[in-house]
Amino acid sequence: MKFCDFVSTDAIQSEMASAEKEGAIRELVGNLVTAGQINADDAESIVTAIMKREELGSTGIGRGIAVPHTKHPCVDKLVGTVGVSQEGVEFQSLDGEPVQLFFLLVSPPDRPGDHLRALENISRQLRDDMFCKFLKQSKTKQDIQTLLEEADNNQFVS
Amino acid sequence: MSASESRSVTVANEQGLHMRPAYLFAETAAKFQSEIEVAKDDLRIDGKSVLSILTLGAAKGAQLELIATGPDAVEAINTLAELMETGFPESNGSETPDKV
Repeated sequence: MKFCDFVSTDAIQSEMASAEKEGAIRELVGNLVTAGQINADDAESIVTAIMKREELGSTGIGRGIAVPHTKHPCVDKLVGTVGVSQEGVEFQSLDGEPVQLFFLLVSPPDRPGDHLRALENISRQLRDDMFCKFLKQSKTKQDIQTLLEEADNNQFVS
Repeated sequence: MSASESRSVTVANEQGLHMRPAYLFAETAAKFQSEIEVAKDDLRIDGKSVLSILTLGAAKGAQLELIATGPDAVEAINTLAELMETGFPESNGSETPDKV
């Protein structure tokens, strides 16, 4: 699976405003609403579900990366978005570092395989130091989009 | 020379090695002094890294090779193989729709 298979381009955000966890998640989910990927009526329930999942253990997997996610019946295919924070967000990550790169995923309850393949793609690309570094330096939505496209074309990892 | 142990295991949990089980595996692996590796097809990764485990994209039924090298290799393999083959009992909470 590639980024273009699940990342909603319109929902990508550079320079996130929030410096705390719930605010950051709310911001990313809000972008999915604006992009028409989810209904405004479902946003609150998705934020709540993602926060509940975070209670089981932070999805901040270290190196300034977090993959907040949930299953939710309001989507019939995997939808995701990417956010970049310049200042970093306190996220109770594994390594204690603030999070700068967010990959937020909302999956239909009956499609665990797609969720797994998205995680596989995200983790494979983010293991590349250059990709991480360039993403963190992204200042515009277009910069992020270009990097995701380059990653999809295997320009960072083979 | 450090002792090396390996064992083939099958991913037992319904949802595969998603983030919670990957965490539990890495967390458990980190308790051992031995170096822990997990191999799937031609990938061979650090079993103490959540990010690396996720790169396996291991679904239910996937065949993995666990390799431990170090003073507590036998114990590490026994513990990690059990975790994998019992389907990560502690992660059952994540099977409900609103928590994964």
